[in-house]
Amino acid sequence: MKKFLYTLIFIFLLSILFTGVAFAQEPLPSDDEVNAVASQLYCPVCESTPLDVCPTEACRQWRDLIRQQLADGMTEDQIKQYFVDNYGARVLAEPPKQGYFWLAYLLPPVLILAGAIMLFRSFKVWTKPQAASTGLDEEKSDPSKDEYVARFEEEIKKRN
Amino acid sequence: MTETTDPKRGVSLWVQVVIWVFVVALLLLVAVTLKKRQQGTVQPGDTIPDFTLPLFSGYEYQGQSEVKLSDFRGKVVVLNFWASWCKPCEQEAAELQEAWEFYESNGDVVFVGADYVDTEPEARAYLKKFGITFFNGPDMGTKISQTFRIQGVPETYFIDQEGTLYYIKIGPFISVDEIKSIIDQQLQ
Repeated sequence: MKKFLYTLIFIFLLSILFTGVAFAQEPLPSDDEVNAVASQLYCPVCESTPLDVCPTEACRQWRDLIRQQLADGMTEDQIKQYFVDNYGARVLAEPPKQGYFWLAYLLPPVLILAGAIMLFRSFKVWTKPQAASTGLDEEKSDPSKDEYVARFEEEIKKRN
Repeated sequence: MTETTDPKRGVSLWVQVVIWVFVVALLLLVAVTLKKRQQGTVQPGDTIPDFTLPLFSGYEYQGQSEVKLSDFRGKVVVLNFWASWCKPCEQEAAELQEAWEFYESNGDVVFVGADYVDTEPEARAYLKKFGITFFNGPDMGTKISQTFRIQGVPETYFIDQEGTLYYIKIGPFISVDEIKSIIDQQLQ
């Protein structure tokens, strides 16, 4: 029994020697997690290419940095703020809701609304029956009110 | 009896004024943006506005963790924009360092590196790799590069003792002599 116990201890020590000691390790964030943040950023070097699909070395470095920041426990907003502080607000896919960036949010709906109103008004005018449009039109279309016809009728009466 | 209706009303005058003001403002904004984009970099003869560059630790200027351009008044400033991901920057890194070592002891020329759109670990590795010792720091928020309207990296701006730009080098230097000749023309 004692011999068996010693053998077990020997095997255990041997296994530690060959395998080493393993510590619990936090897994690094996956590519999907990194790209979820990276897709909201643009590198100023390669404008109009989102960071998650940009193939340049600069963008690869940025993605590595995001991976590290996520591993360090930084939130999405904190990471975005870090990039804004370091590289400027133009790295954001969505402009921040402050200062003149508000124009980017306000202009499109205002323009669409103005266009819709103009279109609606024009459509109303186009579809309105011509005769019933205004009193002035009626007056013009009434032959009895026509100055030329009136004079013509008067001349005929005189001749008769 | 005829039915009386109001004559057709057009868009009121103030609405027309607002619309036209809005359209003109929009066109002006587009024009200014386009002009800025096509303007290119700042030009020799332009007075460079003061700017502040935070410095990497180990690359401080007289113990200061940041420098202003105005701190260097009376000296020729060689402002180099670079990045660790930029391969052409590597071609000139050794030349810039050699030129800096040549002028360092005189004190009338200062070399400043502005790290453009970079990450600090890679930037530090780059500085270490090429043994760069002159003042260096990140261009935070790309504010300095926007002031100079740089088109890419590397770009080097030579600013005279009065703070006026006198030479621009787009792309890497091909030799130390090239750097020296640009500096010496201002020192003479």
